[in-house]
Amino acid sequence: MALSRFHGGLRLPPQKPAAAAAVVPCPLPPELVLPLAQHAGLAAEPCVVPGQVVLRGDTVARAAAGLSAPVHASSSGVVRAIESRPLAGGDGPCIVIEPDGRDTWNRLPPLAWRDAEPAALRERVREAGIVGLGGAAFPSPAKLAASVATLIVNGAECEPHIACDEGLMRERAGDVLHGAALLARIVGAGRVVVAIEERMLEARAALATALRESGLEPIEIVPVPTIYPEGGERQLIRVLTGREVPAGGLPRDIGVLCHNVATAYAAWRAVAHGEALTSRIVSVTGAGVRAPRNVETRLGTPIGFLVGAAGGYTGDAARLVVGGPMMGAALPHDAVPIVKGANAVLVLGADDIRAQAPELPCIRCGECSRVCPAQLMPQELYAAIRAGDDTEVRALSLDACIECGCCAYVCPSQIPLVDAYRQAKRAFAEQRADRARADHARERFHARTARLEREAAERVERVAARREALAQEQAAKAAAEAAPEPEPPKTMGKSDVLAAIARAKAKKAAQGKPPEGDTE
Amino acid sequence: MPRAQDAHERPALSPKQAWGRGIPIVKTFATAPAPHWPAPTSVRRVMLDVLIALVPGVALHVFFFGPAILVQIALATGFAVALEAAMLRARGAPLRPFLGDLSAPVTAVLFALCIPPLSPWWIALAGMTVAIALAKHAYGGLGRNLFNPAMAGYAIVLVAFPLDMTRWLAPAPLDVAPVAFLDALHAIFTGALPAPLAWDTVASATPLDIVRTLASKDLMIGEIRANPAFGDFGGKGWEWIANAYALGGFYLLWRRVIHWQVPVAVIGSVVALSVPFWLADADRHPFPLQHVFSGGLVLAAFFIATDPVTGCATPRGRLAFGAGVGVLTLVIRRWGAYPDGVAFAVLIMNCAAPLIDRYTRPRVFGHGRHA
Ligand code: SF4
Ligand code: SF4
Repeated sequence: MALSRFHGGLRLPPQKPAAAAAVVPCPLPPELVLPLAQHAGLAAEPCVVPGQVVLRGDTVARAAAGLSAPVHASSSGVVRAIESRPLAGGDGPCIVIEPDGRDTWNRLPPLAWRDAEPAALRERVREAGIVGLGGAAFPSPAKLAASVATLIVNGAECEPHIACDEGLMRERAGDVLHGAALLARIVGAGRVVVAIEERMLEARAALATALRESGLEPIEIVPVPTIYPEGGERQLIRVLTGREVPAGGLPRDIGVLCHNVATAYAAWRAVAHGEALTSRIVSVTGAGVRAPRNVETRLGTPIGFLVGAAGGYTGDAARLVVGGPMMGAALPHDAVPIVKGANAVLVLGADDIRAQAPELPCIRCGECSRVCPAQLMPQELYAAIRAGDDTEVRALSLDACIECGCCAYVCPSQIPLVDAYRQAKRAFAEQRADRARADHARERFHARTARLEREAAERVERVAARREALAQEQAAKAAAEAAPEPEPPKTMGKSDVLAAIARAKAKKAAQGKPPEGDTE
Repeated sequence: MPRAQDAHERPALSPKQAWGRGIPIVKTFATAPAPHWPAPTSVRRVMLDVLIALVPGVALHVFFFGPAILVQIALATGFAVALEAAMLRARGAPLRPFLGDLSAPVTAVLFALCIPPLSPWWIALAGMTVAIALAKHAYGGLGRNLFNPAMAGYAIVLVAFPLDMTRWLAPAPLDVAPVAFLDALHAIFTGALPAPLAWDTVASATPLDIVRTLASKDLMIGEIRANPAFGDFGGKGWEWIANAYALGGFYLLWRRVIHWQVPVAVIGSVVALSVPFWLADADRHPFPLQHVFSGGLVLAAFFIATDPVTGCATPRGRLAFGAGVGVLTLVIRRWGAYPDGVAFAVLIMNCAAPLIDRYTRPRVFGHGRHA
């Protein structure tokens, strides 16, 4: 298969000590901390109370309406608290479970994936709380809603040091391929491609063997060169199909869907074994870890405990990162739980971290644009952000930046470029939200003013109608007095009033206003 | 891909708070924004690479013209660093990171390579004052200057002291012994040659000057090239120094300090423009490679037009910038008042660079073609 290339990128040393060792399970920690928001979108809503006994796989928080995902107990035990705990992005509400040590499962009934309706399979993926396990943690069912021609299952790791997908493919190739076939069935994809890195020879062999033995329809296993950020969705699609996802669009716009191998695996476990997403493989690695390895970890396991499962910290441990060295977030301490999107815990040694260097002025060397996979001009973008020139920032396509950090990595002046973009993006998002709020408030104000005016007008009309009715009543009374055979005046008067009200209503209806003020 | 949640901006619970609430922390860490790996390069490293790349050219310069150039380099560097420090102090900028970035020595060495080796000491002072104080710091210092400082300094001394700028030495292959170190020192600091030497014996017009003067006497190129100052392509000695500059240029390309577009465009445009003239009338127009190997063209192609700060930042922009330098150099050589127009060509293109950049922005991923 002919591969394309994407612009820029970096050939970084892969640094995969974790890949060599077998995947080991992490022991049960003394407590499991399950954040309600461990996926893109809205936080889940707790549906348990402290003191409640739960089994592994029980839903402890339901998906909110809209883009969201449920959260499941990752071991059996007792709910101890629902409280705010430190997380990677600041404090957030969590469900704290004290495991009972038995790890008893409550599984859903398995589905026969070849016979079940795609909608039923998709519902199972939703129920099982599956989100993109490559790191973005985007709820998977939302991506499975549209039908596409090509399914790409992404086994190219995001960053150096991260080796969880490699371990998964090597040891559980059959399940990964079944997961790929399953996802392909849900979206009706005729072509399935599993992309792996060229250097993953064992994983490739394992996949090929598993494919032969599985009896599945053909799945292409395509090795791609290891160029950061090859694992990025848009870059991988470019490499495999030669096409670019349009700016501001989604892969489905060009008939492609991209899912991480771990997501495919989790979907397969949910469908064939009825297992909700309660654990994932995490690479625990770096010079700051004694025995780097891939660890099958229950969600909610505190990072400090997990590092213990990989032999603990070395004396050299200098920085704790969730994710890889290019995009990962540094944590101030290790009392933070593993969440669905956490693909690696990287403990960097003192020699592996960037020295605090003063930021020098941009020398316009162009290295940043040479490596930018989004083909931006990071130096100009940075200047525009510093100048506060929003129009120019938009013209330079800030929104196309994938925050890969290539530019900041190579910049000889040590300018924190990607940081500036992230902040600018957040500022823009806030601006948009503010504007939406303001628009909303303005609409409500206009609606209120209009209602008040309408009500005032109706009041005036009602008074006029009553007056008219009164005048007619008096005229009728006068006529009746004059007439030789007077009818009962009261009845007559009443029907006249009704007629007047009907007239008024008709008039209002003619003016296009609902006759709602009448009951006042 | 994982989005780095900006943990360093919105700090998670501090260790103290966490302990206070009984949350078990095994270890605490200092945080910083991603990317976390050490920087692969620095401004200092980039400038150091430029200086390393200039070593072969300087070495051949010494071989052909004697050690005088080393005195000029030392002088210019001393002035440049002193002026840099003074200007940083005047602007209230910190000395440490900026003095260490080696950008002033690069400017100084490039300037020294452009002037005649026996120029009096105050030429270096005047040139560096213009380069560092005016062209660089008056515009805001490193990264903000519009004009290439070395070329600005050189152009000013060329215009202000034209006579001193023509006193080039004869290269060693012309059977003139190179001026010795002490004699060179004497000449540079007193402005006069020590006793037995005389300008008439040590000096020689550059090949470009010769072409110019002789062509104005209506001599054919063939006759001009019979002059002993000429080698295979350019001037004797000069062409070898140009080769050494090119060697340094390849080192810079390999180190990814410069981009291929500029040298290719400079040299390509000179060749492309001179070939038709030469084909039409080989008697009146020099062989294209003679243009390339004469004067400062190779030095400019690899070291001066490639200056990122004052050049273009986009790939297509760099091609346009380089072509502009090449074409303007030829135009000035042919019709201008100076034998070599490289410095002026570079300065003119410096003015155009921001505009070129604006109109040559690359296509953003997901826009147009492949989408
Ligand atoms: S890499 Fe840094 S110094 Fe070079 S152009 Fe980009 S921002 Fe400027
Ligand atoms: S962080 Fe953004 S601007 Fe920088 S290289 Fe990546 S995509 Fe380009």
